[in-house]
Amino acid sequence: MPITVTSRDSALTIALSGEIDHQVAREMMDSITDAIATRLPAQLVLDLSGVTFMDSSGIAVLLRARRQLAHSGGALRVVNIPAQARRVLDAAGIGRLISLD
Amino acid sequence: MKAIDQVTVTFTSRSANEGFARACAACFAAQLDPTLDEVADIKTAVSEAVTNAVVHAYPDCLGQIAMRLRLFDGGVLEIQVKDSGVGIPDVEQARTPLFTTGGEERSGMGFTIMESFMDGLKVRSQPGKGTAVTMRKRIARRAGAPK
Repeated sequence: MPITVTSRDSALTIALSGEIDHQVAREMMDSITDAIATRLPAQLVLDLSGVTFMDSSGIAVLLRARRQLAHSGGALRVVNIPAQARRVLDAAGIGRLISLD
Repeated sequence: MKAIDQVTVTFTSRSANEGFARACAACFAAQLDPTLDEVADIKTAVSEAVTNAVVHAYPDCLGQIAMRLRLFDGGVLEIQVKDSGVGIPDVEQARTPLFTTGGEERSGMGFTIMESFMDGLKVRSQPGKGTAVTMRKRIARRAGAPK
């Protein structure tokens, strides 16, 4: 599974990489869900720098992380967004819901 | 209008074929000398259309998906993704942003993304018979590109 988890103080960083489509989204969601449930971070940073392709399956991954964090009072930030993923997020208006750097 | 070139590929509605369909459409479009952004747009739209067919057309079984790629005069690329699955009872509702019957694994943004990344989108569906999604995109000839 192309995800790397690192944590520092109360912040958790998860780096996603590769192509995020429907085929891998489920497993990616489950790994992120487990990491949040285990560490209950005040902030989760999702680093997309290694993402080579993303479709709307990736949006579902981000929205689920956001929902889960909201339950425990945590915040979500998405950083290092490559151009193609940025266009997908912009087309869906995700910037209104999630902090995109 | 007659197509200058045409390719049809048929594949099983397995999730693993989403990547295959994206790569295949990008290869076909390469003859138009698209920009990297245009290739990314085509791959994204194909991914959405094929994922819809994988997830929704054949909910309890595997079926066949046919992707037809056509090229027309003026650098117009047409991509049709067709299945013989359950069909969409209300196409207008399905095209509404955030509407999904796919649970939290799906965002309901597939059609919105296809619309915004391509120049035209047509959805024809008959419950019990299947769905055909047809998208068009004009690839502008770049200055200095060979004729």
